[in-house]
Amino acid sequence: MALLQISEPGESTAPHEHRLAVGIDLGTTNSLVATVRSGAAVCLPDEQGRALLPSVVRYFPGGHAETGYAAQDEQSADPKNTILSAKRFMGRGLKDVANIENAPYDFIDAPGMVQLRTAAGVKSPVEVSAEVLKVLAARATASLGGELTGAVITVPAYFDDAQRQATKDAARLAGLNVLRLLNEPTAAAIAYGLDNSSEGVYAVFDLGGGTFDISILRLSKGVFEVLATNGDAALGGDDFDHRVFCWILEQAKLPPLSAGDTRLLLTKAREAKEAITLHGTARITARLGSGDVVEATRTTEIFAAITQTLVAKTLGPTRKALRDAGLAVEDVKGVVMVGGSTRMPQIQRAAAEFFKRDPLNNLDPDKVVALGAAMQANVLAGNKTSGEDWLLLDVIPLSLGMETMGGLVERIVPRNSTIPVARAQEFTTFKDGQSAMSFHVVQGERELVSDCRSLARFELHGIPPMVAGAARIRVAFQVDADGLLSVSAKEATTGVEASVVVKPSYGLADEDISRMLKDSFEHARDDMQARALREARVEAERLLEAVRAALAADAALLSAHERTDIDCRVEALAKAVTGKEHRVIKSSSEALNRVTEEFAARRMDRSVRNALTGQKIANLKL
Amino acid sequence: MAITLTEKAADHVSGYLSKRGKGVGLRLGVRTTGCSGMAYKLEFADAVNPDDVAFDSHGVKVLVDPKSLPYIDGTELDYTREGLNEGFKFRNPNVKDECGCGESFNI
Repeated sequence: MALLQISEPGESTAPHEHRLAVGIDLGTTNSLVATVRSGAAVCLPDEQGRALLPSVVRYFPGGHAETGYAAQDEQSADPKNTILSAKRFMGRGLKDVANIENAPYDFIDAPGMVQLRTAAGVKSPVEVSAEVLKVLAARATASLGGELTGAVITVPAYFDDAQRQATKDAARLAGLNVLRLLNEPTAAAIAYGLDNSSEGVYAVFDLGGGTFDISILRLSKGVFEVLATNGDAALGGDDFDHRVFCWILEQAKLPPLSAGDTRLLLTKAREAKEAITLHGTARITARLGSGDVVEATRTTEIFAAITQTLVAKTLGPTRKALRDAGLAVEDVKGVVMVGGSTRMPQIQRAAAEFFKRDPLNNLDPDKVVALGAAMQANVLAGNKTSGEDWLLLDVIPLSLGMETMGGLVERIVPRNSTIPVARAQEFTTFKDGQSAMSFHVVQGERELVSDCRSLARFELHGIPPMVAGAARIRVAFQVDADGLLSVSAKEATTGVEASVVVKPSYGLADEDISRMLKDSFEHARDDMQARALREARVEAERLLEAVRAALAADAALLSAHERTDIDCRVEALAKAVTGKEHRVIKSSSEALNRVTEEFAARRMDRSVRNALTGQKIANLKL
Repeated sequence: MAITLTEKAADHVSGYLSKRGKGVGLRLGVRTTGCSGMAYKLEFADAVNPDDVAFDSHGVKVLVDPKSLPYIDGTELDYTREGLNEGFKFRNPNVKDECGCGESFNI
């Protein structure tokens, strides 16, 4: 018996049609899975009620793997086969990873990505991450009572293409359909921005286990705009653990440690860090492999002192991001704290002092990214909830095109193209000697410009004079990952260029988009006829233009009888053009074409003769 | 007869409603779709329609349109947990048979 969830009014899904979608925060230290249930985003806990899954995988001889708490508990006992923070190695070569010499693994430098030798064989970070994702996927399937339609997986804003691809590969390996990868700060903004629906500029301060990201976002009319991002791909809670670990070594004046002792002391360092955050002081006791006992007591003051440089390292990128966004500290309306490490009091204090305001932390900083990802997944899977007029585009909702002669739309980028996308098409001039061209960028599915939405206009000047149809103007449409459209036009021979940048999604609510789509279906037949009419008119006008120009120049080539014939056809066509019958216009155009064939041939002969007169054959370039 | 919620179901509905920030109650109903004839409708209610039949159960207003009521009259809505899966369950005395999935039914 399926268990039901509450839907929004009027949006009950038909049986078996509710799509199960989850958001996954694939973290360096911990990972989470969340979904939208009865209208609210919630993290899905395991059988013990724990939402967090340590991103730790332990490999055993024979090939099987254990993931999560069980693996984490054994990391001191089996450090070489217990892989943690695999996210740091995703899509990275050996030399790219900071502090790699402190990791107790048996690395193999492979082309593209570092590999790890374990008891279960050589594993890539992608395989390790896939183990984590598999456990979360199984948990989600069990919790939701059905197969998953897809997942949104979050990545740090700093991930490059290789790291993003590695993350996608891991998901595929885990049998997950990736609806999209979402930047972690954007996910956090979704979780906060929508729940509290507050507009303005926000800073997302994300200090996770292994990465620090600062993002400056603008939330307005429900649309997220990333103004700037910065950060440190190798700074996180792990580094604070490591600093504490080094402090313990200094305090206890320990000799070089075995892999097991290193792992044990790192675990103790992490526990101490968490205890200090909660209680203000921590006592560290550890029995090393040699039998020696290490003891130390740390207070908030010592912790703050030994991690001062790490805290300072978060402020440099923050300053830079603000500068890139062209904003001052006063412009920031709120600071969103993300990542378990932002619980540390010295981080909260540093952020508060820098931004001159108390950071927002009414959502659990460990969960906020997963919750936002779940909300995004719910929308992408097609479970629409009312009031969600925000758009985080990963496809273009409506086609983008260009106005051509006759008020027709030439579609350049068809709707549902995934972004980023770039398309180009060549256009030409309509009149002889035309030296400028005006471009009108439109959005919509209808055939006539007047029925579409106008996005931008711009002009290209400096086209060299040529006969109509000879100029080649390449118009390129480019939509980047943030949905930003830029259109450029370039004339081929001279290279003159003009361009414009527009944000096509801006201000368009879901209803507008569906209305525009519906219109295009309902008016399909009208549009087809309208297009045929406009096309016939444009062709007819081009023909009239050419014939009139030819008559003005070379009327002498015609007999009086021929002239009357042509004039008569010109008049007939000029009259047909004003009518609404595209077939009449077409047949009139054809008639004019026929009576002017002989005229055109004579003109051709004469211009060839003129060109050749007085020339020696030897001088002709053939 | 009436429509009732178990206390657990009512707690969850109240929780969801307050999280959602709007809504007057819960709407139950049936639709004539589904692999076995009828399908349950379980939605938040933002307004009371003039012909709605309203019930009050553990402080939650339950609304049913008069056309649906005969199919689900006497239903008790429960909130249950089956392993990791949790959600609402209709205990409907009118049901003759259900499809295997339980999302649709026949009377």
